[in-house]
Amino acid sequence: MLTQRQKLVWAVVALSAFCGVVLFAGFFAPYDFAAQDRDMPFAPPTAIHFVDGGGRLQVRPFVYGPRDSSPIPVGAGADSDQPYPLRWFVRGAPYKIAAVFTSRVHLFGVEKPARMFLMGSDGYGRDQFSRFLFGGQISLLAGLIAAIFSVSVGILAGGIAGYYGGWIDEILMRGGELFLALPWLYLLFAVRAALPLHISQWQVFLLLVSVMGLIGWTRPARLIRGVVLSAKERNFVLAARGMGASDAYLLRRHVLPQTYAVLLTQFTLLVPQYVLAEVTLTFLGLGVGEPMPSWGALLTSLQQYSVLSSYWWMFLPALLIIPFFVVFYAAADALQELHKTVPL
Amino acid sequence: MGRNRLSRVCLVLLVALSCACSVARGFTAQAGEERMVTEGAPGHAGGRLVIALRSEPKTLNPALALDEPSRDVIRCLTADLIHINRGSLKTEPALAKSWSVSRDGRQYTLQLRHGVRFSDGEPFSADDVTFSFQVYLDDKVDSSQRDLLLVGGKPITVVKVNDFAVRFELAQPYAAAERLFDSIAILPRHLLESGYRAGGFAQAWSLSMPPGQFAGLGPFRLKEYVAGQRVVLERNPYYWKADRAGNQLPYLNEVVFLFVPSEDAQVIRFQSGDTDVLSRFSADNFAVLQKQQSRKGYHLDDLGAGLEYNFLFFNMNDLAAKGLPEIANKQAWFQDLRFRQAVSAAIDREGIVRLVYSGRATPIWDQVTPGNKLWLDEKIARPARSLERARQLLQAAGFSWKSDGALLDARGDHVEFSILTSSSNAQRTKIATIVQDDLSQLGMTVQVVPLEFRAMVDRLTNTYNYEAALMGLVSGDADPTSEMNVWLSSGETHLWHPRQEKPATPWEAEIDRLMQEQLVTLDYAKRKSLYDRVQEIVAEDLPVICLVSPNILVGAANRVGNFRPAILVPYALWNIEQLYVQ
Repeated sequence: MLTQRQKLVWAVVALSAFCGVVLFAGFFAPYDFAAQDRDMPFAPPTAIHFVDGGGRLQVRPFVYGPRDSSPIPVGAGADSDQPYPLRWFVRGAPYKIAAVFTSRVHLFGVEKPARMFLMGSDGYGRDQFSRFLFGGQISLLAGLIAAIFSVSVGILAGGIAGYYGGWIDEILMRGGELFLALPWLYLLFAVRAALPLHISQWQVFLLLVSVMGLIGWTRPARLIRGVVLSAKERNFVLAARGMGASDAYLLRRHVLPQTYAVLLTQFTLLVPQYVLAEVTLTFLGLGVGEPMPSWGALLTSLQQYSVLSSYWWMFLPALLIIPFFVVFYAAADALQELHKTVPL
Repeated sequence: MGRNRLSRVCLVLLVALSCACSVARGFTAQAGEERMVTEGAPGHAGGRLVIALRSEPKTLNPALALDEPSRDVIRCLTADLIHINRGSLKTEPALAKSWSVSRDGRQYTLQLRHGVRFSDGEPFSADDVTFSFQVYLDDKVDSSQRDLLLVGGKPITVVKVNDFAVRFELAQPYAAAERLFDSIAILPRHLLESGYRAGGFAQAWSLSMPPGQFAGLGPFRLKEYVAGQRVVLERNPYYWKADRAGNQLPYLNEVVFLFVPSEDAQVIRFQSGDTDVLSRFSADNFAVLQKQQSRKGYHLDDLGAGLEYNFLFFNMNDLAAKGLPEIANKQAWFQDLRFRQAVSAAIDREGIVRLVYSGRATPIWDQVTPGNKLWLDEKIARPARSLERARQLLQAAGFSWKSDGALLDARGDHVEFSILTSSSNAQRTKIATIVQDDLSQLGMTVQVVPLEFRAMVDRLTNTYNYEAALMGLVSGDADPTSEMNVWLSSGETHLWHPRQEKPATPWEAEIDRLMQEQLVTLDYAKRKSLYDRVQEIVAEDLPVICLVSPNILVGAANRVGNFRPAILVPYALWNIEQLYVQ
């Protein structure tokens, strides 16, 4: 049985690995997320072979290239007898790391005309694996930014409300309830409809993030208010006040540090929640548009019966984001146990 | 009041009477009844057919029905004077058994069938015809048919010659006059006239009325409506068609329309055998159904290209007074023919056919699809995709490229625009995504904006607040007259620049002239050459960049006999009176 601390360490390691791969998506992905191979829509995951046609074990794993007699039927893979060995550190489509550095080196790849679709291809012949990694950048970033936004507003509102109390508390907390009661899906629909048509992908992204963050600040604010409320009555805080400490000093030095555990737990809980919100909103057509991938966008094609019933590999993105959530919640759980904070 | 009560009593009596009649199946033809004999193979009487509708019909009033589900049901309940045979695409006698045209082509005299009765047993006569046309042409009724019945801007006049003959007078000769009568349902004067005179026609024949108040001349009559679930029709015992063997049609006892709200749900219901006939579904679902075709008792038909054409077009409206400076700026590109030609050359039509329609579509370069064999201009150039040619055209038009490949116009602005599509149409959104990718290879930045259909139409026809749009139109008929509204520069559906007071460009003026001329020309060969020229102008001047025409796909349970789908609406049920179940 793992202790909570070990559990946390493992969760953080797994999360870092996950985020690292997503951050360096361009390097780990063999193709550009928008590159279409119109000869291979809905190609199943490419089989990687170790044994050639003559039964000999190969040093390099390889894939088979497409047959010359195109077009390949929709939903079928390329299976000629021509082997193309898997190569490491190949040069391919240019990409950017953290929106700054440009590179062309990919971890692995095969020579054209062979294709390496680890998770199959979508209806446009785009590599699902590459799209999953690049899509993670958008989804994770959306979750992180929205969670930071929520928690920051939460500290501000909860801290002030709890510390000062009275009518300030009343206004902030009732205002928060107002936000809780907002039908936020319709709000998002309305905001999207009111904006001009040609807003860029980043503007859509920011809109999504700010609406998610704006809706979600109430819960952390309430929790922080509770902590602040009890913290400000502690003896050492009262003593400091008696010695003439200012409100700002008290808040910064003595009260807010006590909310640290609650904040951290809330944050780890909110990130996956917002990632899921992004997935849902994009699934409903409110997220970033084509050709930008996000985890929600990868799942939208599953709305169609034909895709649902014919191409099983289109489910893979949905399966792959499950471990991400498991790890995130495990981390939140371990954090909470360690700090023995308020229940989730 | 007393009179009202009396008519109600009459109605009850009539209902009772018609019920009594329907017990005895297959009326023997009465003396003087002129039945129309159909060419289909004789089938078995009895049974029921179940069909899914995308939504509930809004009304059963033929003059007010705008939505496809309403029209699908109304088609089974009513009949027209002259009908377009969906199989041959030619006109054939219906309630009018014959007709003659005056020498100047402006008077049509129609001889009506004798002894025809409405589904409530009341006789049909010329009075019903004049009444019906009075309703359709009434401004206050505001029927969708009214526009069709304006010839040369004036409503056609209808004169009763005798009880079984009517004369239609047109303001000018009209090439497709016979085709006008198709789908103009003849209404029963005895049921609707009093309501119409009292100004209550708009409320007549809503779905919630008792079935007894409805009567038509179609093969079926209303039996039951269950809100949110189904409309059930029963056999009209007075129907005026018979098969070759002399059996009265229709064969089916009942037709059930279920309300199944999405295409995927309809496909699943059909696959499981809940419904018997399926039309209007995507090529993707066709492929899914095809896999199980042999195991389950149904078959699928790919009828080839239909009359739908999908196209991309740019905003060419005069935006001076609209306060849209950004779009007006971009119009400098849109109005440059070389820009449009470059876009057309860069789009991979074959790729669209393959990725969006799994090969079940045809690439097109003008508005007439290969399905419309009578009017297709074979000489239209059909150049293959060429990015090189597209780049040459852009260069010639003063565009240049930045080092990162982005396209700049002569002023140095980056070429960037958005394409509207209807969010409910998955295929068109997919086409737009492919176009986006194609144009990105020319250095253009294109955003795809799926919008709810009505919001999109509002932008296209009212506010003009859009840059480019991807749309599809389905011709109601193979004849070019059904396209007048699209190609005349004054037309409402002249999408890229509707309702012009006078043609904005020389080629729009020429299209106007050609379309007007073909409208009044009676000789097919002459009309064909005029319409060929229209197609050439469309292919050369590219007001719309035509992309693909999807195939008409239908499916039917194997037990449905006489199933002969066609490329005209309604694709599968046009001969419903001849359908039977084995």
